[in-house]
Amino acid sequence: MAAGTGSGRTVSATFRPIRGWLLLPSWAIIGFFMVIPVLLMLVYSFLTKEFRGGVIWEPTLAAYDQFLFDRGLFGDEPPTIEWAYITIFIRSILQATGATLLCLLIGFPTAFFIATRPAHTRAIWLFLITIPYWVNLLIRTVSVRFLIRDNGPLNDFLLALGLVDQPLGLINTNFAVQLGLFYSYLPFMVLPIYAAVERYNFAFSEAASDLYAPKWTILRRIVIPVVKPGIIAGCILVFVPSLGAFLAPDLLGGAKTYMIGSLIEEQFKGNAGNWPFGAAASMILLSMVLVVLLFYARGQSREGA
Amino acid sequence: MKRLTTTTAILALAAGAAAAEGELRVYHWFEYMPQELVDKFEAETGIDVIIDTYDSNEALLASLKAGTLGSYDVAVPGDYMVAIMAGEGLLDTFEEGELTNKANIEDQWLNAPFDAGRVHSIPYQWGSTSVSVNRDIYTGDTNSLSLIFDPPEELKGRINVLDSQGEVMALASIYLGIPQCSQDRDQLRALDELLQTASAHWASFGSDIAKDVLVSGDAAAGMIYNGFSAKAREEGANVEYIYPDEGYVVWMDNVVLLEQAPNRENAIRFMDFLLQPENIAQVTNYAQYAAGITGAAEFTEEALATSPENNPREGAGPGVFIEVCDQATQEVYDQIWTRLRS
Amino acid sequence: MTFDVRRYRGFFGLTMLCLFILYVPLLVVMVYSFNDSRSITNWEGVSLRWYVDVFTGPESEKFKQAAWNSLTIALSAAIVSTTIATAAAIGMVRGGAFRGKSATFALISLPIMVPEIVTAVATLIFFSTIAFPLGTLSILVAHIVFCIPFAYLPISARLQGIEASYEEAAQDLYAGRWATFRHVLFPIMGPGIMSGFLLAFIISLDDFIITNFVKGAGVETLPTAIFGSVKQGIQPNIMALSTLLLLFSIALVTLSYFIGKRGEALQPDRGD
Repeated sequence: MAAGTGSGRTVSATFRPIRGWLLLPSWAIIGFFMVIPVLLMLVYSFLTKEFRGGVIWEPTLAAYDQFLFDRGLFGDEPPTIEWAYITIFIRSILQATGATLLCLLIGFPTAFFIATRPAHTRAIWLFLITIPYWVNLLIRTVSVRFLIRDNGPLNDFLLALGLVDQPLGLINTNFAVQLGLFYSYLPFMVLPIYAAVERYNFAFSEAASDLYAPKWTILRRIVIPVVKPGIIAGCILVFVPSLGAFLAPDLLGGAKTYMIGSLIEEQFKGNAGNWPFGAAASMILLSMVLVVLLFYARGQSREGA
Repeated sequence: MKRLTTTTAILALAAGAAAAEGELRVYHWFEYMPQELVDKFEAETGIDVIIDTYDSNEALLASLKAGTLGSYDVAVPGDYMVAIMAGEGLLDTFEEGELTNKANIEDQWLNAPFDAGRVHSIPYQWGSTSVSVNRDIYTGDTNSLSLIFDPPEELKGRINVLDSQGEVMALASIYLGIPQCSQDRDQLRALDELLQTASAHWASFGSDIAKDVLVSGDAAAGMIYNGFSAKAREEGANVEYIYPDEGYVVWMDNVVLLEQAPNRENAIRFMDFLLQPENIAQVTNYAQYAAGITGAAEFTEEALATSPENNPREGAGPGVFIEVCDQATQEVYDQIWTRLRS
Repeated sequence: MTFDVRRYRGFFGLTMLCLFILYVPLLVVMVYSFNDSRSITNWEGVSLRWYVDVFTGPESEKFKQAAWNSLTIALSAAIVSTTIATAAAIGMVRGGAFRGKSATFALISLPIMVPEIVTAVATLIFFSTIAFPLGTLSILVAHIVFCIPFAYLPISARLQGIEASYEEAAQDLYAGRWATFRHVLFPIMGPGIMSGFLLAFIISLDDFIITNFVKGAGVETLPTAIFGSVKQGIQPNIMALSTLLLLFSIALVTLSYFIGKRGEALQPDRGD
């Protein structure tokens, strides 16, 4: 054994000689079934679509052109900006942002509250938050659909109480999609923030309060900056899956107004059958997510520095 | 040890996927074949039937082109899709005399324009696509496709439309009084405009949900198939299926023999089974459409013959089949369709 | 100190609201699964008929087959991905510093970072290009890939918390690498491996989007089967089935909770 006999502080290397073999399966499997497919998808986005599904192996920019430029119904007018797909992307970003903010609004106080419980009850609170996260996403989305439909329990309840005199008409609206995303990913927000607040040293807060800092100022100026990495991690965990969501717009939005996920799905499984365009839209979505993650990574390394 | 269990598990799965003896793989619409009939076929032949479902002709085509061709024996596309699939080389051809019961096909369906001489397909069911309204909510006496394309106040925002481009485009063309697959630019622009305006009043797109939204009250009106509407009525929804003044879509679903079918012989036996009047009548009784097989009427429930969904009212427009458009028009249709959802 | 810096007015209320939001839809489904009525909108008394229906009703064959597929796929995917992830975690945490370490970490986390719909599309295109038949095996392969990072994270976290001195002592006593792993590292890593396995299992069981893209003829998993049924109406039998799945998930999470507890008790003291 060469190095690696140092204290726990240095990088331990007891398995260094076979490191390559240990890592090989991950490299091979993820490389072959994830990296190559994504690269292939990039290639597909530059291919010519075949009428009624499939591709012709001839390079073209048609998919990206279709995404960005409107050449009229018959394709022969001078190009103007195509708003149809940009609208779908903006809608997805707004929905995802809205869901993230709502989750933060409820998730932060929850995480803070749980993290400040005595150690023995903390685990139970945490357990309660985790359970819904383990329940199948499809079932959770379906249960929201059932709950808020016009003849569903929520409206029945409100009508019985006389709070409303006709159903709220929530189902099949953008609001319902928003609600569904918020509900689906709420635990994702609570858990990382909880982890950060739990590590937070409340001596800082106490010191500030000894100096007569108002309570909410302490929260804003001291606690939140310190637990920021947890908040950002939570936001990313909600934002990224919301952006590519498919079930919520389909089951709660009535599949009427598309989000990115539904647009892509339609190209492969629905009426459109335009593979290169679906690949291009996927690439654009992937790039957006990577940009978000890069910003996050840069922020992380700056925190660390 | 762990590796051993893993390998065994994978091998078991692979073997399960590869076993093809005594099977029949059917790619079918949702809620379209009674379980009793499947059981009967299995009991008669000893063949194991596996059914997968799709919810539109276009989804069927997309799936087969995405790599599932070769894993199904038969599918049940609608008329125009039979023509498209044949053109795409997705259909196998019957040998002369291979189908014992081919003579049972009604004359009017034997030389169907989408499969002349019936070399790829046999009739399954035929029916129509139009509009149903909930009579508790809409009490007017309009019998026009305007119910969905220019809806009255009480239906606005409470309409479900089939997630099927072919049917939406055809009904919209019928409503406008323009030919299907029109290449006339003004007519196409009018079609685009009509759908853009109308879709603002639509709540949802979906074919498999079409019955449920009427029964559950999520929608007050919807584009729907006649038999599906009849089932909604039976399940307690106060819905009326409208045969519109302008006309409506007629379709026929057909059992086709797929290219590269892994169990071709079983597929033929299945088709012969469905060509027997007493068998196909069971489908009719279940799905409430009509069979295209001689003698099936003897075995169908009498109520079906007189049901409002199966009998166009006096003065209704003509029923027409969906046409297959050329590539240029289809691309315009695709554009119009995408804009509806953005 | 003038006030308690750990307490903020309204935070308790918002926590309650959070739990309320998380549980109400699930509880409503649970309650309605006991409804005796065929139509879900009316309440006609308590009954277990829909639970009977799940196992004997017209759709029971389909659900049984789907449940079997789901379980075998999730189990296989979890076993394979946990094995791969354990090897990777040892290589990463106990392999010393090396060039490409952060690239390897990025590669392993890739399936978590790429949106599911993108993975689904890319995998479908790939399978279709290399003519990989769509079926159970295609689902399994796709699941193994996206389960790896979920299994990796808890395992490597656990391993990072274990002092290398245990293995070093073993190796000083001339234990081979395999023996060191088998008799020293594996027992201490156990809880981490178990939570990685459970996480991978539940993630595979949960997946809808990717499965929906790469599934082949006649192969449904529970989520795809439920999705198909739900579109035709949220029937009471679906609610009963959902409730059963819900209880199954709760049992799993409880199990992992207690494994985690045991893990904490077993965890050797850390230097700091």
